[in-house]
Amino acid sequence: MNAHTRDLPRAGLSRRQFITTASLTAGGALVVGCSPAQVMSIGAAQTDFGPFGPFIRIDPDSTVTVVSKHIEFGQGSHTGLAAMVAEELDADWSCVRVEQAPANAKVYGNLGMGVQGTGGSSAIANSWMQLRTAGAAARAMFVEAAARRWNVPASQITVANCVVSHPSGKQARFGELAADAAKVAPPARPMLKSSKDFTLIGTERVRRKDAGLKSTGKARFTQDVHLPDQLTAMVAHPPQFGGKVRGFDASAAKATPGVVDVFEIPSGVAVVATSTWAAKKGREALKVDWDNSKAETRSSAAIMTAYHDLAAGRAQPANGFKWTAFEAKGSTSPAGGKVVEAAFDFPFLAHAPMEPMNCVAQVGKGPPKLTFGSQIPTVDQLNTAMIVGTLPGSVQIETLYAGGSFGRRANFKSDYVSECVHIAKHVGGGRPVKLVWTREDDMTGGYYRPMAHHTVRVELGPDGLPRSWRQRIVTQSLMKGSPMGGSASADPSATEGVKGSPYLDATPNVDGQVVLYDTAIPVLWWRSVGATHTAFVMEHTVDQLARAAGQDPVAYRRALYKKAGADDHLAALDLAVEKAGPTPTPGWTRGVAVHESFGSVVAQVVEVKLVNGVPRVGRVVTGIHCGTAVSPDQIAAQMEGGTCFGLSAALYGQITMTNGVVDQKNFDTYRVLRMNEAPTVETYIVPSTEKPTGVGEPGTPVIAPAVANALLAITGKPTSKLPFVQPT
Amino acid sequence: MSTTLQINGKAVQVTASPDTPLLWVLRDELEMTGTKFGCGIAQCGACTVHLDGKAQRSCITPIGILGGVKITTIEGLEGKHAVQAAWIRHDVPQCGYCQSGQIMSATALLEDKPNPTDEDIDAAMSGNICRCGCYQRIRAAIKDAAAHGSTAPVEA
Repeated sequence: MNAHTRDLPRAGLSRRQFITTASLTAGGALVVGCSPAQVMSIGAAQTDFGPFGPFIRIDPDSTVTVVSKHIEFGQGSHTGLAAMVAEELDADWSCVRVEQAPANAKVYGNLGMGVQGTGGSSAIANSWMQLRTAGAAARAMFVEAAARRWNVPASQITVANCVVSHPSGKQARFGELAADAAKVAPPARPMLKSSKDFTLIGTERVRRKDAGLKSTGKARFTQDVHLPDQLTAMVAHPPQFGGKVRGFDASAAKATPGVVDVFEIPSGVAVVATSTWAAKKGREALKVDWDNSKAETRSSAAIMTAYHDLAAGRAQPANGFKWTAFEAKGSTSPAGGKVVEAAFDFPFLAHAPMEPMNCVAQVGKGPPKLTFGSQIPTVDQLNTAMIVGTLPGSVQIETLYAGGSFGRRANFKSDYVSECVHIAKHVGGGRPVKLVWTREDDMTGGYYRPMAHHTVRVELGPDGLPRSWRQRIVTQSLMKGSPMGGSASADPSATEGVKGSPYLDATPNVDGQVVLYDTAIPVLWWRSVGATHTAFVMEHTVDQLARAAGQDPVAYRRALYKKAGADDHLAALDLAVEKAGPTPTPGWTRGVAVHESFGSVVAQVVEVKLVNGVPRVGRVVTGIHCGTAVSPDQIAAQMEGGTCFGLSAALYGQITMTNGVVDQKNFDTYRVLRMNEAPTVETYIVPSTEKPTGVGEPGTPVIAPAVANALLAITGKPTSKLPFVQPT
Repeated sequence: MSTTLQINGKAVQVTASPDTPLLWVLRDELEMTGTKFGCGIAQCGACTVHLDGKAQRSCITPIGILGGVKITTIEGLEGKHAVQAAWIRHDVPQCGYCQSGQIMSATALLEDKPNPTDEDIDAAMSGNICRCGCYQRIRAAIKDAAAHGSTAPVEA
């Protein structure tokens, strides 16, 4: 395995975070010698965090409040972060609650990103030492306070479930000691527990802190915000990406009951009303004349043809892009061995979270304020500040629960946020404006997982293992539009999962090249990013190689992992295979796939059958190597959910354009996985005391190639195009 | 203009025009935000409520046709339903946005079929999309609620 890519996630820094840091530093760090967090915090109000620091508050009734610097949008980070504090603090888990941190990059920055933000499956990994240390320091303050009060040696004091005790029988709850503990200087390097002494981390007691709120309709999402005097806005967007407003007739829209104002903003025409329904009716009555002279008017099929022409050498790269080697060793010239060739096409994908994009902004009276599910608050502050003309740190953000994101709410341009801020600025006076995107706005609004095309040519050696591996990748850059800008060099997200693959490490001759291709269609990371296509290519190719070599796909992978020294891959695969047992469920056929992303390795054994030509997935046995398991049940939940998310895209997911207009508008045409198609996922965790690695994304990319490999076993035919189910 | 709706056992006067979908009357006029907006065309089920005990999509139901109809929303379960307790036991929610609709579909199912088969669950629940993919836990929680039905209050 490539040492560089291996070290990044293990250091708590995924490739994506590294990119984010690099780009923000390049584009945003304007003051030499300052970190991005410091720069972005300029203008921030000073905040007194209390005696236990910015992450912990303890009430007189001993309630422990853990402040989460990461948004909760399903991945369970609030729960995992709280567990890390509670473990070291020896708090009573039932008395622990979680509160969302305000925007403040300096205090609540992601230690892997350098700015405040959630992504790259990093919430637990980057906070691991930080929050345990915060919990241990607070615990030490209580111990010292009790020792002074009781005049006993601190070494004789124990803490459990928020109760501080001495063998003499003296006891006090945190709440009773809090005032004294506040006077103790927090230790800089408190002693942390050894993993063998954990009583909460790694147990089934770590259960979601938000399950009650979310089972009663009480959890507060952006869509639920009702502030006094609030207006609701919708925006008419151009039908093609890159289109502009030439003119508009607002007379009918303004005559719609409840519509307050209609005006142009950079992204289209805004309709502002007293209710959501009035805004929608007003927008329907609006007539806009669109200028598409600079719009992307090609069809997605034409863009894929351009990808094919590039990969085949029939066309040359343009716009400053060029073919770039990401792996090169030895010579891939033919040496007379058996050759396997494969090509793969991947469509645009929409994130389509259940809560369409939305935001509440107040501008024009005091500091600007945003109330919404902000995934990268620092970037949203920066973009808001540039529109309003103020300092980034002065922009207040109250981050709410978000109804999913899957990458969509982490956007360099803060697209829908900026739209809301433009409208709120026009409305002015600090009056709250809630921007509501309909499902159609969300589905056609861009920022898709880009299309990708891979070609692979592998020649086997006498032992059946790859002797040479040639691969070409064509895709659109995620980094274009970032502060770093488009680049002629390889976008790391385009090659992650190929670069650093144990299969390439085990191959003596490799020629891997990537080229980027520009369109006006905005693209973005989508749960598991590059792995959404690279895992499929590598894992489905390896099954085809095993077939060509006449070897069992599991044994073939084991041989490659041993050759590459990929111990984590081997451990995850062995666990999944062992738990799956030797015999498939009668009538079902198995497929296997393994992939590392965000520092974790996921292996899946899936059982598939064809029902009326459509793949049906039943049992999915998952082995995951993710370092220390903070919350085993939430890791299982992420494997279940990630598998459904990946399977949904693999079966049905594709965004297409006809003459530049997105064909899919809603869930009737962008089909997603439903209850009757959901697999049963079993999750087994490789025991480990290493630091935790990601779990939010690594469960997503493995299911598609595992299903393709089962289909290969059933039909003998490889899959060269996703989704599996093409519209008829 | 005003319309009287029967919501969670109470008569409620609303001023929205009769063609306004129940969803937006609940959410915007009454600020009962437990019922969610997901698609607006009855494809995702996030807006599910009970109309005379049957699970229906409030996003396509104009209030003008609801005279005399008993409307129950997630708020009407008061956190006391066996399904809600099972949801928590199984840690069903992830992002949580679809769960009000899931729970309203599940409670209507159990009202109709106290011991649903997997096929019954598929039929009743396949109109409710969960993008987080909580389906497996939803299925387990429905079976659990059916087996151990209780009205333990839910701590929210």
